[in-house]
Amino acid sequence: MSKIEYRKDRKPHPREHRLVFRNVDRKGWKPDLKHYLEDGGYKQLRKALKMAPREIIEEVKKSQLRGRGGAGFPTGVKWGFIPPGNTRPVYLICNADESEPGTFKDRHIIHQDPHQILEGMIISCFAVNAHLAYIYIREEFPEGARILEKAIREARRENLLGNNILGSGFNLEIHVHRGAGAYICGEETGLIESLEGKRPYPRIKPPYFPAAIGLWMCPTIVNNVESLCHVKHIIAMGGDKYAELGTPRNTGTRILCVSGDVQRPGYFEIELGAVTMGELLNDLCGGPKDGRSFKAVIPGGSSARIMRADESYTVKRNDEEIEMGFLDLPLDFDTIAAAGSMAGSGGIIVLDDSRRMSWVLNNINQFYAHESCGQCTPCREGAAWMRKLTGRLVAGTATPRDVETLESIAYQIDGRTICAFGEACSWPVEAVVGKFRDELLAETSARNESLPHNPEQAAQQRYLQEA
Amino acid sequence: MSSPILEQQIASPQTPGAKYFTPFEVSAELEEEARKRIERYPAEHRPAALLPLLLLVQERFGFISPEAVQWVAGMLDVQPIRVEEVVTFYPGLRQRAPGRFHFRVCRTLSCAMGGSYELMDKLCELTGIDRSTISHRNPIAVSPCGTWSVEFSECLAACGTAPVCMVNDDFHEEVTPGRAADLIASCRDKSKD
Repeated sequence: MSKIEYRKDRKPHPREHRLVFRNVDRKGWKPDLKHYLEDGGYKQLRKALKMAPREIIEEVKKSQLRGRGGAGFPTGVKWGFIPPGNTRPVYLICNADESEPGTFKDRHIIHQDPHQILEGMIISCFAVNAHLAYIYIREEFPEGARILEKAIREARRENLLGNNILGSGFNLEIHVHRGAGAYICGEETGLIESLEGKRPYPRIKPPYFPAAIGLWMCPTIVNNVESLCHVKHIIAMGGDKYAELGTPRNTGTRILCVSGDVQRPGYFEIELGAVTMGELLNDLCGGPKDGRSFKAVIPGGSSARIMRADESYTVKRNDEEIEMGFLDLPLDFDTIAAAGSMAGSGGIIVLDDSRRMSWVLNNINQFYAHESCGQCTPCREGAAWMRKLTGRLVAGTATPRDVETLESIAYQIDGRTICAFGEACSWPVEAVVGKFRDELLAETSARNESLPHNPEQAAQQRYLQEA
Repeated sequence: MSSPILEQQIASPQTPGAKYFTPFEVSAELEEEARKRIERYPAEHRPAALLPLLLLVQERFGFISPEAVQWVAGMLDVQPIRVEEVVTFYPGLRQRAPGRFHFRVCRTLSCAMGGSYELMDKLCELTGIDRSTISHRNPIAVSPCGTWSVEFSECLAACGTAPVCMVNDDFHEEVTPGRAADLIASCRDKSKD
């Protein structure tokens, strides 16, 4: 059995607004159907089944819910891309391949509140008229897959799944599909290829959304775990009421996962825009470790551009340009985007002044070099080259020219690949080189120009020296 | 160009861990379980059950042998190369046996900052594993006794409780290098049962 210890004593911070994470770390809570039903579970499903599917899509559109997986695309709009007059079957896939470094929210929903995912999924399937849905869960969550399968069995027993759900005439089957440890399966078309039993090579766009052509060439909706959970709360509150949470265009709550150099790392569900970076890092997370200060923050999973803690940013607010310090930035999609990075998956990695940026970048580059699927040349070769160059920086064998090469490789990947992995692997390099160029250059030496950088060169040099 | 590591693998494809796993064998029960998994997908899309079947083989037999690839291909009515290309792509699918206790240590940023590299060193030191055999093709190192094996894994999605590590299917959080010995001791206790 799993050794995960839930912190039952850990109360949500008063600044939090818990919707999706309501039952996470809740005292006396068990992730089974009995507890879920006693807590008012599946009430929203009953309500939704009485609505017309079109009305549900309208409510989700009104809520302005933006996808919580990384791209922040409006969920209701995505659902609307199913071609009108479609006669092919529609599929829905819950993307539980959570693998963006820095993100650790979906695991807790899966482990502690699996029925919330199912309820959100059933409502969403009803809205888009899908009769077969899959939960694509990463291979590293074997326990999560078992919990979800148990939840599906429980739901089927109570006629919350299967034929004629709760007498509504709607049929739906949900199955768990386990991945096999590849980051690229989080990309929605890669995920679909993987589900079809192939290598997960992302598909060429257009069509930009699998809602047009997806799984088995049929319209397919792929949504993140957290996004699907929000659907339930949108039905409960009504789209307009939900849109009042947060700020315009950045509605609702979202779960932020803080890791790295803070006193109390963890997850916090906040209203979008209600908490600033400084409040999150200093109040909710207890500030930097003793005797340290913040150096930089990666605000939305490792592929987001890094932000310096000592920089100020120009942000547009109501057509007005405002200059803001890093710690004053409100945490929502648009502000972080205006500050030149992205809110992405909500994984915030904090680095303090004890961290060497070359080491940090090398770690990130190792990740991307390992996870590139190898389909497009710029990404396959470039990610590996960038890893080699930062490896030299860490080893102290880099030349000033290597930093230049590193930057130029990154700009040659960006925008030249089939999927967003190209951006994901080049943005961290572009940002770190751009913002910490002096620090990286200080670790190089022009004298390293003469160093052999591969075994053949080393052999040649030995040969010349011996000759 | 042939690489010595590749040749070594071809010459001796098995690791000392293989003794802890039963060799691949098709039984009625296995076929029944496979059929159950295939039924989750529309009948005209049988190849979708490729990953579920490969994971089934790996759960039962520890790794995916060439015979298992043939069997999966037969079950799904696809060419074996279709199965082989999937097996060789995914880091989660193994072609050689791990140890009885397989440690997957997260090496990505938050865990690395929390000390996962030191944890890996400590685990190898305590179990007598030689990590020099690790390559891109062969990411797992097995101890000579076959009981232990280690692998660096990319982000395991528990960055807030770094460093984290999986032992077979079990998940362990906040495994600082100092706790490596405890982790190994708890495995030893388990192996006595």
